[in-house]
Amino acid sequence: MGSWKEYSVVKTLDEAVHKLSTAIEPVKIIAGGTDLLLEIQQGHQPIVHTLIDVNNIDEMKCLEVRGQRLFIGAAVAVSKITNSPLVKQHALAVSEATGLIGGPQVRNAATIGGNVAHALPAADGMISLVAMDTQAVIYKDKSFVEVPIMSLFKGPGQSTLEKTEILVGFYFNLKQPGEASAFDRVMRPQGVALPILNNAIWIKRNRNIIEDIRIVFGPSGPVPTRAERVEEVLKGYAMEQSYIDLAKKTLRETVKFRTSKMRATAAYRYELADLLLERVLKKAWERTEEV
Amino acid sequence: MENEKMITFEVNGKLVSLEKKPGEMLADLLRERLGLTGTKIGCNEAECGACTVVIDGEAILSCNFPAEKAHGKQITTIEGLATKKENGNGNGRQGEYTVHPLQDAFIRYGAVQCGFCIPGQIMTSYALLESNPEPSVEEIQYALKDTLCRCAGYPSIIGAVQAASESIRTGNPISDPVVPIARDAGRIVGHSVYRPDSIAKVTGSAIYSDDLHFDGMLHARVKRAMIPAGIVESIDTSAAEALPGVKAVLTAKDLFAEKVHGLVIKDWPVMVGVGEKVRYVGDAIAIVAADTRDIATEAIKLIQVKIKPLPIVNSAVLAHKEDAPQIHESGNLLKHIKVRKGDMDSGFADADVVLEHTFFTNPNDHAFLEPECSIARPLENGRMEIYVGSQIPYADREQVASVLGLEEEQVRIIGQLIGGGFGGKEDIAGQVHAAMLAQKTGQPVKLLFDRQESLIVHPKRHATQIKLKVGAKSDGQLTAVETELYGDTGAYASLGEKVMTRATTHASGPYEIPNVKADCYAMYTNNPPAGAFRGFGVLQSAFAVETMMDMLAEELKVDLIKLREMNALRVGSVTNTGQLLDESVGLLECIEKVKTALYEKAGSDPFKPVFDQNDPNIVRSWGFAVAYKNTGLGGGAPDKAGAEIELLPDGVFEVRSASAELGQGLPTVLQLTAAEELGQGVDQVRVLLSDTDLTPDGGPTTASRQTYVTGNAVRHAAQAMRDLLTAELAERYDVNPEKITFIEGLAQIDRIQVPLADISKTLRADKVEPKVLYTYWAPETKPLGQGGKMHVAFSFAAQAVQVEVNLLSGEVKVPQVITANDVGFAINPLGLQGQIEGGAIMGIGHALTEDFVITDGQVITDRLARYRIPSIHYTPKITSFIVEHPTKDGPFGGKGVGEIVLIPTIPAITNAVYNAVGVRVDSLPVDQEKIRMAKVKQMV
Repeated sequence: MGSWKEYSVVKTLDEAVHKLSTAIEPVKIIAGGTDLLLEIQQGHQPIVHTLIDVNNIDEMKCLEVRGQRLFIGAAVAVSKITNSPLVKQHALAVSEATGLIGGPQVRNAATIGGNVAHALPAADGMISLVAMDTQAVIYKDKSFVEVPIMSLFKGPGQSTLEKTEILVGFYFNLKQPGEASAFDRVMRPQGVALPILNNAIWIKRNRNIIEDIRIVFGPSGPVPTRAERVEEVLKGYAMEQSYIDLAKKTLRETVKFRTSKMRATAAYRYELADLLLERVLKKAWERTEEV
Repeated sequence: MENEKMITFEVNGKLVSLEKKPGEMLADLLRERLGLTGTKIGCNEAECGACTVVIDGEAILSCNFPAEKAHGKQITTIEGLATKKENGNGNGRQGEYTVHPLQDAFIRYGAVQCGFCIPGQIMTSYALLESNPEPSVEEIQYALKDTLCRCAGYPSIIGAVQAASESIRTGNPISDPVVPIARDAGRIVGHSVYRPDSIAKVTGSAIYSDDLHFDGMLHARVKRAMIPAGIVESIDTSAAEALPGVKAVLTAKDLFAEKVHGLVIKDWPVMVGVGEKVRYVGDAIAIVAADTRDIATEAIKLIQVKIKPLPIVNSAVLAHKEDAPQIHESGNLLKHIKVRKGDMDSGFADADVVLEHTFFTNPNDHAFLEPECSIARPLENGRMEIYVGSQIPYADREQVASVLGLEEEQVRIIGQLIGGGFGGKEDIAGQVHAAMLAQKTGQPVKLLFDRQESLIVHPKRHATQIKLKVGAKSDGQLTAVETELYGDTGAYASLGEKVMTRATTHASGPYEIPNVKADCYAMYTNNPPAGAFRGFGVLQSAFAVETMMDMLAEELKVDLIKLREMNALRVGSVTNTGQLLDESVGLLECIEKVKTALYEKAGSDPFKPVFDQNDPNIVRSWGFAVAYKNTGLGGGAPDKAGAEIELLPDGVFEVRSASAELGQGLPTVLQLTAAEELGQGVDQVRVLLSDTDLTPDGGPTTASRQTYVTGNAVRHAAQAMRDLLTAELAERYDVNPEKITFIEGLAQIDRIQVPLADISKTLRADKVEPKVLYTYWAPETKPLGQGGKMHVAFSFAAQAVQVEVNLLSGEVKVPQVITANDVGFAINPLGLQGQIEGGAIMGIGHALTEDFVITDGQVITDRLARYRIPSIHYTPKITSFIVEHPTKDGPFGGKGVGEIVLIPTIPAITNAVYNAVGVRVDSLPVDQEKIRMAKVKQMV
């Protein structure tokens, strides 16, 4: 009574799509499988008949610069992303966030596609990709479609991907002068290994002005959302403590955190949001000076 | 097209091709189909790292890696690191293996304790060094973050990885770390040696119960109630019985002899039958044996059980209420334990200040990395063999035999290596069920708990509520201490009475107090049973009293170390149970050692908050605590151990005892002791443990007693062996016995030397068996309430712990620990270091990470992912002092060490938190949210 009956390794996207529509149900795509297999084992997901292993599809294993953008295949192991010089150069937040997913051995198997497709509202890697304004690439009806990463999420643990759609990878822009990103989180030492709160920020600086900014907290709702009102408070203003304090105030007024049993109260999450906003913002800002 | 039915990959340089098996994980394939049992499964949920193998250069968790994914890859397991030597006689320690530098370093640094996590540690480190030949400490911690060691040998692991890295880079051999020898070290005792089992443990050849396989072996699973209180109305096993591959399904109606088990009080039903009471979620309803584990699991699901729920008693305090539902026929009170000394009215009347506070400690799980596993094997002659890692083999034998309706001698417990115990492998887990199924089917039966079952079923640490009232003179002299404890012993007694007795007798701390009153109510509830766990009740009361001592120091404006020194037990003190301490009280020296080191590190006012120079939201301070812990059973219990020594035909002395090795290092202690007395080196002494046919009863491995009790038994047996050989040789060679001595492998008889092997053979030829048996009885003790000597000895300790608190998040870290432990005599310094460091880190876990959550009898913390034990990131800088106030009846003066090492850590941490941020922690574990929200309140 294993978690699957048939394990099918495919080499191309078309083969994967074909398998997805013809294999004996229930069928699931597997890349790292680090979350999926545990969930099946522990009864949180039904036992599947067919697992389709996409680890040998070249496009999905690719991590490279394409034009003015960086492409990260959905089946790239998160440890590869963490250590990639390209990712470190262009999206340090993504390197930092993926470096905190699971443990070291898990990161060698787990993939960024799984981290996103799982649609958990506080997945570290996903949150950092949202801050990078990432476009997701989906293979559907024999062609590649780009959609904003945010459109992938329907609810906690539910993605908008249809059965024969395959999440192929992610694009975000290469770093330009004055830009930087950062990520951090606060954990609880007891209980489940999920962050109480995490935060990713992308920033574009012009002299001492925050010209543009993207701020994401997780979890802050059933699907990931940007703290847009907080962004507005900071955008176009100088990087000064008074604006940071104002941003914190706006954060409390406009971002909704909730109490989750045995992890944190909403009140404590607001405390951590203050801490993370200032810490991550300053970290990102300092990085902009390095160019 | 490749053959779709086969998986082909390379493992340890060999190409293997195997048929695909649906749903198979790589760990199972390696262990079951290739016999590579060095890869361990600790949690089977990708949490612990024990199953780590290296795939194409990367560390991967094989328990969560589909075997089919390994197709075409190169895999290295622990078995692939060492190479077996051709001629098989290498130099002593490494024997027949040429080990990898990591393996060598793990042995030398004492990083190997119970050994269960070691293959995972070494493979993770191996992958690290392959990609980063010179890792920093931070990089080692980053790489090993999720490779857990419950013995917490992390400091030695870090040292070993660094040493191996250096050796690989330079080509120089690995040298031993510096570990001080005992103050009065003998020729052999008091010096560091490598563990006798370490080579097996670092090469993956060490066998734990689940690594065993027998022909025709069936696999068992247990149907559990999963409801905390109720009456079983019906059990329908027909669908399970009809499932192909199921060989036996048993329920309570199949019990024909003893129907309960238990260590002191037999109140734990082997299975709960129709019409009988369910008392906790882990109660067994039915057991199944089947051809495979999967079939047995499926069968369990097919068993239909109807249970009529009863009201749930979820705490000790509720259980004590008059109208509480009655859990046992005898009621809910397991025991009311009393300590009385002096007169409380006059004690409090004498006080200038009286403080009162209530403290709460939470349940903890042992989280040993090796889940419980028993294999029962019926023999043709009607006997039953049980292969199990057990802390009390003879108690297993008695309990199994009584349920099977056999004589005790018809059952043989063959103790296996234990992958961590800490008190959690004293009670029956699967031994009885496996034996019943083996008896029924006539086939060997393996019963392996999965991690969830382990967390739900076995006894925990007692959740305890402790109300303390303390009276003192204005200078700090304690005049009276009154305590009221409620201990939650859960559904069954286990060792609850003993644990709570220890909590009660130690409730006022290691202080001399003229007037003491303590009342403890050990209560049954519908929570999982609570039993033995390292610290054994003393941990709970030490948290309360040591916090109270700091509160008192603050109230009186007295230095908190002086307050403890002033009241500390010393030679001549009378304990609160009326025991005169006439020797071996090293507490003041422990305090002195820690105090001096603390002042050196932190200046004369170490307890003030110090803000970080770069970040005003980071504040550090130190906390201080002391403790004492009894050695041995005490309290009037006959405390004895047997040991046998035989001079084998190859000239090696074999030491035998049924005492258990759980990683704490008992074989080394016994080996050193025998070698010292017999004039031999350690290679001339071999230790055999835990086999009820071959080794005499050593009693339970609990209460920090084995070094003392079995250590003494071996010492006396060795002396008797020496006398026996001397007498025989004196007669044969006609020389004065005084002219006979024993040296490495030889007897020196006047001027001639005879190999011990020859002596063994000669004696055997003459029908003289060179074998002695000695039963050691510890000095008599008095039961609680009678005054006099309640315990044969006490160990003492003091600790100072530094914490670092983030004021904005409330997060707490422990960067430094200073610890001093009075162990009497450091027989085995390298093993002692492992106990001290591991104890401190387990203490950090209890204070900061570990919370076993039970809500209305249901176990919320039913996965290792939810029960966090300290990872290598929690490793503090540890400064350790060994204090040696020998106890006259201990072996070479030694006393217990296993438990004392972690007891002061917890209150030292919580006291430090108060000193840093002014938030008093009175319930465990430390809650960072509470700290932050308290700071927010202070600011308003």
